[in-house]
Amino acid sequence: MKALDKLLGGQQNLIGIVLLALLILVVFPLTLDAFRLNMVGKYLTYAFVAVGLVLCWGYGGILSLGQGVFFGVGGYCMAMFLKLEASDPQSTKIQSTPGIPDFMDWNQITELPWLWQPFHSFGFTVVAVVAVPVLLAFIIGMALFKRRVGDVYFSIVTQAIALILTVLIVGQQGLTGGVNGITDLKTLLGWDLRTDSAKLILYFINAGLLFGCIFIGRFILASKLGRLLMAMRDKEERVRFSGYDVASFKIFVFCVAAAFSAIGGAMFALQVGFMSPSFVGIVPSIEMVIFAAVGGRMSLLGAVYGALLVNYGKTYFSESFPELWLYLMGGLFIAVVMYFPNGLAGLWDSHGRQALARLLRRQPPMKAVAPVVKPKTESKILETQP
Amino acid sequence: MTAVGFEMNKPVLAIEGLTVSFDGFKAVDNLNLYIDRNEVRVVIGPNGAGKTTVLDLICGKTRATSGSIQFDGQELTKMREYNIVRAGVGRKFQNPSIYENLTVFENLEMSYPAGRKVWGALFFKRNAQVIARVEEVAREIFLGELLQQQADLLSHGQKQWLEIGMLLMQDPELLMLDEPVAGMSVNERAQTAELLKRISQGRSVLVIEHDMEFVKSIAHKVTVLHQGKVLAEGSMESVQSNPKVIEVYLGH
Repeated sequence: MKALDKLLGGQQNLIGIVLLALLILVVFPLTLDAFRLNMVGKYLTYAFVAVGLVLCWGYGGILSLGQGVFFGVGGYCMAMFLKLEASDPQSTKIQSTPGIPDFMDWNQITELPWLWQPFHSFGFTVVAVVAVPVLLAFIIGMALFKRRVGDVYFSIVTQAIALILTVLIVGQQGLTGGVNGITDLKTLLGWDLRTDSAKLILYFINAGLLFGCIFIGRFILASKLGRLLMAMRDKEERVRFSGYDVASFKIFVFCVAAAFSAIGGAMFALQVGFMSPSFVGIVPSIEMVIFAAVGGRMSLLGAVYGALLVNYGKTYFSESFPELWLYLMGGLFIAVVMYFPNGLAGLWDSHGRQALARLLRRQPPMKAVAPVVKPKTESKILETQP
Repeated sequence: MTAVGFEMNKPVLAIEGLTVSFDGFKAVDNLNLYIDRNEVRVVIGPNGAGKTTVLDLICGKTRATSGSIQFDGQELTKMREYNIVRAGVGRKFQNPSIYENLTVFENLEMSYPAGRKVWGALFFKRNAQVIARVEEVAREIFLGELLQQQADLLSHGQKQWLEIGMLLMQDPELLMLDEPVAGMSVNERAQTAELLKRISQGRSVLVIEHDMEFVKSIAHKVTVLHQGKVLAEGSMESVQSNPKVIEVYLGH
């Protein structure tokens, strides 16, 4: 029970997580049509990245501008499996080489490349979705953090990696489907992903995994490792000269963020039905940072709201004023950094809670003067007043 | 400590021929320095004499150009910073370097020598032993009543003590303090002197300090550094009456 309480982060955070669960698991499915719900599902796959960024950027101080790499690699792993399933000899019999993905056939490839071979296995794919991006993050982390490459230099390197991977994917058309990506994904182990019922089920699986990631994040932040991350962010030297190998902690949190992103990417491929280099490069990677920044880079739950809101805004504005969207996004980022650095979660902490407390205070004065008889939740809220 | 008789006579820290040059400028120049067990040594010297650089070299923050630093038979110049700490060297920085966002308790707990690796830290448990140790050290550094205080709300002097406390948590064999009483009131200085006398039981302490009254009250032996070299070494009285030392200090 105590462990559970720790995981949920106390009563205050319990309310937050219950509210978010209600919104995602009840309100959205009940009020949105299948098309819009699938869209929310897509937004929520970005929330995985944002949650990872809260850990690694907000708490660890490691600003990665290349999270799209991990989102993409996770997504590609899943897409490769789905594509192989969609490319059975029967449905590809008009190709010159039946049984391989269509884009390979267009690129005069006559045999399935070795890189694709293991993705016939679903078990391998599920492991690879997480393992490959984590391995990549581990190598990047070893190469950079062990050499004390940090701060802005680290961000620049991650951007370069995002760019390199995009160029690589676009360039290797026969292997990756090039700029179009891997499209026409149809079934998962025979289960048709394009039906409304499949999309609904995937939406809930996605939501479940997202909450799983949030709980893992909570667990990390509540542990000594969480405090170490903050300590490292503010006083790296002190941590190092207290006997800690700072680099190994940075590598760890960077790998966790990569794993979360990758799960998001895989769920994206499943729900949206394709994966392309447009989710790997610099622009999507920076967008993902904006989701976390808007939601609040110190708040796991805030990151989810950030991803939902910014993407909703993006869809709304790019449907109505497509040219304006990029400027708006840039302006939003500047505004967040300059005026509310802790994002929506910060605004809620500084204003929302107080407003709620004021509201509660207007209730019969009995409650305010006799805190002993008050229910616990209210006393908590009132305690936060100045 | 399980040190055998003959080891007790050997210095705990032996620095020999230590040199570091930054673009040709020798901040520390062929330095020899020996610190005995249970000794409180104070290093003084004018600004730019290389005092802080010596501490940086010992704890691995700066790498030596040549020379050796032997600590308990281990060569520190080749070791990683965290291994130097784990070997028993604790170092306090010039400006109080504490975790402002954490409480006094959490600051001290952070230096508890367990859960220092990734998985260890992830599954670290705050057990009765940890709590007892934190409380013990907090009392020692006069912060026993302030365990739940957020560290940025402490006074400057209390922050200095807190950092000393964080080092005590590691129970180091060699404690290095860079200007521990800088910015402290007269009262706090007296308290710190008392604290140092207490915590130097069973360990060696290397202190850099400018405040001569404070130096007098704690030092067993004083080393005067000048231009990266040892200018004089001995008791406070002998050093103070040394004409070379007087010239260096008054000449500036």
